[in-house]
Amino acid sequence: MAIVLLVMLLLRVRDPVPGMMGKQATVEDIANKREELGLNRPRYVQYFTLLQQMVTFDFSQELWTQPGMTVGELLRKSVPISLLLTLPALFLTTVISVCIGMISAYARGRLLDKILVFFAVLGMSISFLVYIIFGQYFGSYQLGRLVGQPVFSIHGYEPGLQNWAYYMLLPVLISVIVSMGYNTRFYRAVMVEETTQDYITTAWSKGASTSKIMFVHMLRNAMIPIITRIMITLPLLVTGSILLERFFGIPGMGDALLSAISNNDFPVIEVFSSIFAGLFICSIILTDVLYAVFDPRVRLQ
Amino acid sequence: MHKSKALLTVNNLSVGFHTDRGDVTAIEDVSFEVRAGEILGIVGESGCGKSVTGRSIMRLLPKFNSFIDPQSEINFEGINLAQADEKTMRTLRGDRIAMIFQEPMTALNPVFTIGWQLDEALKYHTTLKKSQRRERAVAMLKSVEIPNPEQRYHEYPHQLSGGMRQRVVIAMALCCDPELLIADEPTTALDVTIQAQILRLMDELRKKAETAVILITHDLGVIAQICDRVIVMYAGQIVETADVYSLFKNPQHPYTKALLESIPQTGRQHHQTRLPTIEGIVPSLFDLPDGCRFQDRCTFRTQECVDREPQLSDEVDSRKVRCFFPLENLL
Repeated sequence: MAIVLLVMLLLRVRDPVPGMMGKQATVEDIANKREELGLNRPRYVQYFTLLQQMVTFDFSQELWTQPGMTVGELLRKSVPISLLLTLPALFLTTVISVCIGMISAYARGRLLDKILVFFAVLGMSISFLVYIIFGQYFGSYQLGRLVGQPVFSIHGYEPGLQNWAYYMLLPVLISVIVSMGYNTRFYRAVMVEETTQDYITTAWSKGASTSKIMFVHMLRNAMIPIITRIMITLPLLVTGSILLERFFGIPGMGDALLSAISNNDFPVIEVFSSIFAGLFICSIILTDVLYAVFDPRVRLQ
Repeated sequence: MHKSKALLTVNNLSVGFHTDRGDVTAIEDVSFEVRAGEILGIVGESGCGKSVTGRSIMRLLPKFNSFIDPQSEINFEGINLAQADEKTMRTLRGDRIAMIFQEPMTALNPVFTIGWQLDEALKYHTTLKKSQRRERAVAMLKSVEIPNPEQRYHEYPHQLSGGMRQRVVIAMALCCDPELLIADEPTTALDVTIQAQILRLMDELRKKAETAVILITHDLGVIAQICDRVIVMYAGQIVETADVYSLFKNPQHPYTKALLESIPQTGRQHHQTRLPTIEGIVPSLFDLPDGCRFQDRCTFRTQECVDREPQLSDEVDSRKVRCFFPLENLL
């Protein structure tokens, strides 16, 4: 994490200040601004200041592009919006694709399996943008015309849970469909692996039913790869979905981050990168803890 | 030898697999019967169809790539297992027919306790209450001579040694008092001391409960120890069947004879010569020779063996052999 921050700081080659101040700024103004932002101090001082702020969870730096607003406020405003989009999407994707993966593995080699795999590959092969455009056209525009009133929003966002379905459901569904292909294929592979295990044959030989085999014997053993996959995507929930947020006009973290990057708003980028790195480390630690919950072999004596 | 009615009759069992290279027949026209309280040994080299036979009876072959020939009949107490639906099979499996597998290290589910796994079959097949099932499970662990069964009940498979795990597998198979036990190489992965213990255990249990046992193995020593009758399989076919004494005393099929000769024996002056082996390998199921399947490795081969395929003979003194020149006649 520290290394990432250091690299970022060193990469800040271009002086952002003249751009911020506009055409009318004098050399003196720029120097004053640099002084104010602490940019005239040596790089290593800047680095340790940043490090100190991150370690103490001090997110009170002001945005360069929006003076008066701190990074903390921006995060508090944007991250929940992103989570409203990404959390349901992750949940739905995982549940549905584990089930489809399981069905596909169970029907392995038969027509049903082939159809499911075909659609998974097809789903993987189509661009995200196509889903968004088609989703917006059919889901918002055509469906709205058919019903006579807008069912899903095309662009924009209002807070409040009662508005969730109107603004978020369509992007969530698109997100689910997009990630289904990859996930289904992954979980199918995991489940096929499980069906070949000796203990599954043992379970059959005891007279266990198909559902017992799939949902108890196989799923419990498949928890390790499933958890790993979910945990790795957890930090990404906070980033939101840049594409979906842009296209649907949802002011989430992905959108905020994209603006920050295009406007050289370094405090936002730095803070967000640190938080992301921190979350990543946390999720990996959490993964190990969960391994122990699901696999008795990992438990400490 | 028991003369009671046959518990299981297998008639013309043929099982095939779909593979990338086309369909292939793994076992062909296998017929035999097992009576209550009898131990039937099935012996042969790897890949000659022993396990497929065992698993077909349990209908445990993977559905996506295997098929049982519709002419096949596996009659278990009036039920044709070859055609039975999954629901019927489920009520039989673990209750009236049970199976023990080769690999004790992987046959138990690593994420559930021994107790949970023992409880499973009881839960499916009995009406016992939870506490009664628990008692029964602990009693089963005790009967397979597991020390501290109460404590082991709560442990996970990885906390047990290989021999112990195999005993748990046996306890699991026997907890509903099956009428037929299929043991697929139950002692192969174990060392000799444990092997002897397990065999003794199985012998005691069949004496106590009159369980019929099909013991699949490649180890003639195991066969000699506890089997009543033996089936010798080669390349998917039965080549000889006899009671264990006759088979060891007077093997009729050249393959059986060769198998017996390749067992190291004490007392003979074997140290002066190399242990005899059977030359060559089992022919690939994709590339079976016309005529006798053992012809390439047989020391007694004639032109007839190459031209025509021998059929399994009719029963003579409760023996059958698939050879044009059974060895008795040559001697």
